[in-house]
Order: sequence, then structure tokens, then C-alpha cells
Amino acid sequence: MTTNSLLNIKNLSTWIGNNEAPIRAVDGVDFSIQQGETFALLGESGCGKSMTALSLLRLNPQPASDIVSGQVELDGQDLFTLSEEDMQHIRGRRIAMIFQEPQSSLNPVLTVGQQIAECLDWHFDLSEEQIETRAIELLDSVGIPDPVKRIKDYPHQLSGGMKQRVMIAIALAGEPELLIADEPTTALDVTIQAQILDLLKQVQRDTGMAILLISHDLAVVAQMADHVAVMYAGQIVEIANREQFFSAHQHPYSAKLFDALPTEQKREQRLTVIKGNVPELNKVFTGCRFADRCDLAWQHCHDAIPKWYQVDDQGVRCHLYDPELADKQENIRQTKAGSPLSEITSTDKNILSVSNLKVHFPIKKGILQRVTGHVRAVDGVTLSLKQAETIALVGESGCGKTTVGKAILGLVSTTDGQVHFGKQVLNELSERKLKTYRNSLQIIFQDPYSSMNPRMTISQVIEEAMISQSSGIKSKEERAKRIDSLLERVGLRPENKYRYPHEFSGGQRQRICIARALAAEPEVIICDEPTSALDVSVQAQILNLLREIQHEFGLSYLFITHNISVVEYLAQRIAVMYLGRIVEQGNRNEVLKTPKHPYTQALLAAVPKLEDDKNREVIRLEGELPSPAAPPKGCHFHQRCPHVMAKCLESYPEATIMSTQHEVRCFLY
Amino acid sequence: MLAYIIRRILYAFPILIGVNALTFALFFMVNTPDDMARMQLGAKHITQESIDTWKQERGYDKALLWNSQASNLAEKASDTIFFDKSLSLFIFDFGQADDGRDIGQDIKTRMWPSLAIAVPTLIIGLMVNITFALLMVFFRATYVDLGGVILCVIIMSISSLFYIIGGQFLVGKLMQIVPISGYSEGMGAIKFIILPIIIGVIAGIGSGSRWYRTLFLEEASKDYVRTARAKGFSELRVLFRHVLKNAMIPILTGVVVVLPTLFMGSLILESFFGIPGLGSYTIDAIQAQDFAIVRAMVFLGSVLYIFGLVLTDLSYTLVDPRVRLDG
Repeated sequence: MTTNSLLNIKNLSTWIGNNEAPIRAVDGVDFSIQQGETFALLGESGCGKSMTALSLLRLNPQPASDIVSGQVELDGQDLFTLSEEDMQHIRGRRIAMIFQEPQSSLNPVLTVGQQIAECLDWHFDLSEEQIETRAIELLDSVGIPDPVKRIKDYPHQLSGGMKQRVMIAIALAGEPELLIADEPTTALDVTIQAQILDLLKQVQRDTGMAILLISHDLAVVAQMADHVAVMYAGQIVEIANREQFFSAHQHPYSAKLFDALPTEQKREQRLTVIKGNVPELNKVFTGCRFADRCDLAWQHCHDAIPKWYQVDDQGVRCHLYDPELADKQENIRQTKAGSPLSEITSTDKNILSVSNLKVHFPIKKGILQRVTGHVRAVDGVTLSLKQAETIALVGESGCGKTTVGKAILGLVSTTDGQVHFGKQVLNELSERKLKTYRNSLQIIFQDPYSSMNPRMTISQVIEEAMISQSSGIKSKEERAKRIDSLLERVGLRPENKYRYPHEFSGGQRQRICIARALAAEPEVIICDEPTSALDVSVQAQILNLLREIQHEFGLSYLFITHNISVVEYLAQRIAVMYLGRIVEQGNRNEVLKTPKHPYTQALLAAVPKLEDDKNREVIRLEGELPSPAAPPKGCHFHQRCPHVMAKCLESYPEATIMSTQHEVRCFLY
Repeated sequence: MLAYIIRRILYAFPILIGVNALTFALFFMVNTPDDMARMQLGAKHITQESIDTWKQERGYDKALLWNSQASNLAEKASDTIFFDKSLSLFIFDFGQADDGRDIGQDIKTRMWPSLAIAVPTLIIGLMVNITFALLMVFFRATYVDLGGVILCVIIMSISSLFYIIGGQFLVGKLMQIVPISGYSEGMGAIKFIILPIIIGVIAGIGSGSRWYRTLFLEEASKDYVRTARAKGFSELRVLFRHVLKNAMIPILTGVVVVLPTLFMGSLILESFFGIPGLGSYTIDAIQAQDFAIVRAMVFLGSVLYIFGLVLTDLSYTLVDPRVRLDG
């Protein structure tokens, strides 16, 4: 394995805090990366994957953390014995790094060109003209149009995808042998993610550099990696090449990660969840770190630390693979399907319908603050939601899907159109009258960290939702009883109700938000990306819970999301939004299996898949979402559409009915 | 940008009228025009007649805010002390002090000693504070940093009066390097202004350096600083090119906002060192209950402060490429 390995990491440990109980964020990590390959470090948040990457560049936050042991060899040279000055010739020159948030990773007061140039200037002996030529070359090579002009732009003048391209250009400036990409596409939309992943592959082909890809996304790893290492609680629990990993992963934790993914095949069952939480890392482990959460664990797992078992190209840290415990190995392939959960059937009763909804935000200019234009966030959306139905509203960031949700609830005022709830037109009611309907429509927000008042106990948070309703429970004792039962319903212990939000994990907080929504006894819940801030295993718990309570209370969901696999698992109908309008809507099967609108087709094609499907048509969208303040004339999508025709430039297409359940707005049909 | 500036200037008028009204109300809540006349004429042997003459000469015989004896509505509002004395301020006609001197002329001559102290104090203070803060940040989380912060807190905790009196005693009286107080024209002023400048700088080190240190540390924890380190830059280069450049934005704009008010001088320093600047001018006027000067100085201060705020907004567009002033 060491014949032509570029980077060898042995027994790397980085601890945070130097008190008596330091957090062992990285605890004895070994792996090696071969020249020119992509090595993926896969794991959920907090498992130590970013800290591993920063440590090997000796960029771990100091003095907060300390590399306590280990060896990192780059081409046989031990990086940890180098002086800080020598290390500066490694960073950016032989090992470069790009980060998750291109937004904040670029210096806001330096131009893009300066940020590339300073890197060239530092590492190479070049004249000023040479530096400028090279910087333009680099921008060109990462696919930035018109690089000569763009080189004078500041980061804020570029979109998120463009910024990540600039980050890659900066990384390439040093002509590194290894590029560390720390969640390079997590903050980006799926069509932009596809562009960036393609770019990374192309750059790798051109330069032959190796990539250490850090990701939590199995599908991204499936597309990119040659080797995969799974990290859990500061340790690597499994290393395999891609084919082995995606066909025959060995560690029970890896298996759980796959099972927790929502897919269409699992619609008839609950998603597998991993019980319990990641253990505290501030203690010395005497057994397997995963033992408490593992279905296959037995006493031995709690008593003895598992060794690393290597078979060919695949290694695993689990007692099940101990040759001396051969009798246990029959357990390995024993996979448990999630418990069944029948699909809910919606009734024919239309509970909520939105017709021609428009939300325009004025743009004010000049001395008198005259309105000079409008941001057409939502520009004519028509939707209807039946009782006990789930509609997924899908689209990229900035398409207006969240504004639709807020407009339905009356949280932003509508410019035009109507929101019908039963017989009432909600957006024409007075604030007072609207209040009597507020309990029927509830919302769960994306970020469970900021959607609760940090100064209120969770009991108060939930109680407030009851008090504010006119039909709410009047007696305090009954409310307390109901809070207990709600907390139990969402899987939290009622004893904890006097705690504050910050004492709970992200998943638990989202459960509290669900309990708060349920407290109002709603008929419709608008779920605004409720799982996108959560890890896959936590997402599985929340999705299960949402489906269970839908059964129990006959709830209807408007599920706003950009995650197609969640849609596959959860939705009955899908509406695809582009620049303030719904371009295609229909039942799930028709939209996902036979997408008609070129945008839907491209969006679905951009979603990375676990299976290596060679026959898949590759549709790559060029460019990015135009500004809703100045939408293109005619069909909004024509600038990016591969099938653009003359009339697409002239007028917006009317809806074409494809079937009773499927309509699309495109001139192709 | 032009539209923005015009709008800001229009906003300034209601603020200035409000400031004027408030100064007027506060002053005449404790004083009556009769009190002012007695103060000016001297307490002894004063007759109601002489008070009335004094008031009439200076226009203080009218109603304060509302003239109910006037014939029509326009006169009821305009034939008053407030209207008479305040409106001319907007064309920078400050009128005369109670002893008859021209306030505008006074301001013109007295602003130079104020500037002679305020400008060097600001510039030297800025350089000292930034250097000290950068030093603490470069050695962050070591004993150098800890010691620096403790020193800052000690300097902050001591009243600036102590530095003034202590400085005068030590440097002026014991060592006799410079005179204790006073002022002269031209180059001779240097020996009088050195001590106030040094004391002004020292008194500001504590709060200034500590604030700048916080700004630098905040910038140093930003993602783009991590990017800069990943590029292989040395700590010094990261600090100067990336951290300093971004942290200078709030520092510079914080300086720009006080630039216009430098004219106003320092109330305490000037009084203690006997500098004939605008700061001591204001203090003296308050003691003499000279409403004309107090009002003029408050008005001038407000105008300069508003001007400073507009200047700050404009300076943002120069140092921060993300900021644009639209309408």
C-alpha cells in the first residue's frame, strides 16, 4: 500500500482543550492517499473529519487544539518535524485546501485577481506580468467566463458557484500534489454542485493531483471517490475502495448510514435510525465507540477495543470481523428492514389552495425613495393541497419557494392572488379575523437553532403556541398535561420540559419545533427545509416522525425542499419552481420518472446518485439563476435551456396538461 | 450617491431644529432672561430698569417660545426669542456674545489651538493603539497578550484627571521640562501642547487598544484568514495583509466620524492646561451663563457630528468594496 502513496497518515490524534478531560476530536487516525486518486473522508458532523484535514496541514485552531501524536508523511517527508517556515512551503504549494463556505472563505476587500496573485507571488519567482497572465489562465481553467474582466471583481460581485471556482483557482495556483476539499459543494445548489464536482474531476484529470474529499454526502462520495474512509467519533471505522464500499460495506455504522437514506423504495417503511447519540469524546474508551448504538453489539463490544482488520483493499474496525470470533460473523449480513409504515392516502377534500399568488418586494431608489422596480419573488403560483396530502415544493435557492410558504401563512403580505383555506380567503382577512385561522396553519423552519427563543424553556415555547390560539386550552393544568403528551409524542422525555433550547441537539430541537406546531392542532403544516441542517441519521428520525404524525392527525404538508431523495420518500405530488413560478407539477411518479420541463430534467440529472448509472443522460445546466428583479423576457428559463426556440424569447408558456395529474409550462408540449 | 448625500442633508434639518429646541428648553428651564442680565451686569446695585434695558438691547424682552400678544399666527410663532436667535444659526450667523464679542470671530481664532492639540493626539493615539493591539494579537493567548489586556484595563480604570494633574506635577513642576499650562502663538506653542498631547494619548490607550484588539481577533477568526494560512503565508503576512486590512474598516470609519468634531476641542484638557481653544471657550460660557455661546457651540457640535456621520458613510464606499450608497 505504500508503493506510490503520496500522503501517509499514522496514528494522528488532535485533542481540543488542554484541561483534564480534553475532547479527542481526532483519535488515532491512519490512512494513506495514492498519487492522483480521490480519497473520501465520510462522516457526520462532529466526527472529526475537518479537524483531521486541518491537522495534517498543521492548521488546527490554536491554542484551542493540539496535535498530541502522529505522523504525516508527504512523499516520505514527515510534515510534523518541519519548522513552521518550511511548512509554509508545503501549504498552498504542495497541499492546497478549499472550504465549505466560498462566501466567507474569500477576503472581501481584495479582488479575485489579488487573491490569486498573492499566492503565485509567495510561492514562485515570477514577474508581475507573468503573475497576471497566470492568474487569468487559472481563472479561465476553472471555467470563469471573461477572466480578463473578472480578475478585477471583488468576491461579493460573484455568485456562490463562481466563488467556489475562484477558491479552486487559488488552490491550483500553487500547482499542488494534493487538494483537500472540505465539503466543497455543501453550501451550493444541486445544479451548481454538479458543475463544481465536474470541474474538480476535470482539474484532476488535467493535473494529476490527488484529492482528499471531505463529505457527509454518500452520493457525492459515490460520484467522486476512488477510496472511501468512514469516520465515527474521531476514528476511522472502515476503509474500502469505492466499488467494495458501495456494494459490500462492512461496518455496522456504514450500513446504518445507507439505511437511513430516504429513497423511493423505502416509502412503505420507516427509515432506519441510529439509536442514541454520538458518545462524548472527552473520555478514554474501553470498548467499541459505536457499541451503544449498534444493533449487532454484544458484551464483548463494550469490553474490548476492536482492532483493525484488513482484508485486501478493505479494512474495518469491528469485532465482527475478528477471525477468532468467527461464530459471530453470521450476524454481519443480517440486515433489518425498517418497520412498515403504510402510505397515507389523501382524501379528495381540497383543504388549501393558492391561486395566482404574487409577492413582489419593491426596490426603492432616489431622494424620495420612489419605487423603481420589484423583486418578483413569487410571480403567479397556483397550487392546491388535499387533506392528508404531501406536496413537495422543489427548487434552487432564490426561486421563491420559502416566500410561497410565508405568504400562505400571512407572514409576508401578498401583492396579488388568493390563498383559500376551506371557504375563507386568508390573505383578504383582517389581522383580527386571520388570527382565528392561524392555529390551522403552522410552520416548521429550516434552522432549529434559531427558530426558538433562547430565553424560554421548551415548556414555555410549546405553551405559547397554545395560549396564542383563541380556541386554546384555558386551564394551566390541562396545558401542562398536553405539553407532556406532545413531548412524548415527538420522542422527548417530558421531564426535560424545563430545559432551554440550547441544551438539546439539532434533531431534538427540530422535534420541539414539531411539538410546538402540533400544539396548535393544525390541519396544514408548512415544512420549510426541516431536515437540511441535520445529519442523515437525524434526518431519518425527523422524516419518520413527520410521517407518523401525518397518519395520526391526518395532516397535510407543504414540504419545501431542495433535496430530491427526501421528496422521493415523502411526497405524493411535486411542484417544481423556477424564478417565482411553478414550471411543472404533477404526482410524484410522473414528475420524477418522466420529467417534462427541461429545468426539471436538468435538476433531476444534477442530483448525485449512489448507483453508478452509466446510461444516465448527463444534462448540465450552464450559468445560474437570473435575478428575480429582472427576469428574462419570455420563458424565464430560456437562457439556460438546451431546447430554446424562437418563441421562448417572446412570451411565457401557458400550462400544458400532460395528464390529469401532471401539467407543465413549456412550449415543447 | 449624490441622491444619498442630499437625502442625508435634508434629514439633518429636523435633527438640528430638535437639538436647538432642546438646548433652548434646558437652558431656560434653569435660567430666565432676568437671571442672565443680573449675571452680566453684576449682582450689586441693580435696578429693574437696567435689567430691562439689557434685555431689550439683546432681544431677550420677547416671549420665549410663543408670543400670545402678537396679532396673527405667523407672528405668534416668529416674534419670539427662540425664533429670532435660532434661525440665524442655520446660515452660521452666531450673533454676539452677551459681552458684545462676535462669536463667529471667536470661533475662527480659537479653533486653531484646539486643532493643534486634537489632531496630533488623534494621529499619534491611532498609531500607538494599533501597534499595541497588533502586538497583543500577534502574541495572542500568551502572557504578552494577557499582560497587555491587564495594562489596558488599569489605564482605563484611572480617571483622566489623574493623568492631567499627575503629568503637570511630574513633568511640569518636578522635572520642569515644559510649562505647566498656558499658550502662545506660532512655533512657541509647541512646548505648551506637548504635555496635553502625550496625556491625551495615554488616557486613550486603554479603551482604544482593547477595542482594536477585539476587532483584530474577530477578523483573525474569519474563514478567509484560514484560507490565507492555507495558502502558506507567514503569520505576519496574514496579520498585515488580511487581518489588518479588514479590521481597518471599522477603525478608519470610527476615526472619520470624529474628524469634524476635532474643531470643538477637548473640554477638560483645554481647561486644565489653559489652552485658549473652543473647549475652554464652551466651559467658560457655561459658567458665565452666556446662552448665545452655549447655543452656538451646541449647534456647531451637532452640525459637525452629522457631517461626520455622512463622511463616515462616504468613507465606507472608499475602503469597503461591498458598500455602495444607493439613493
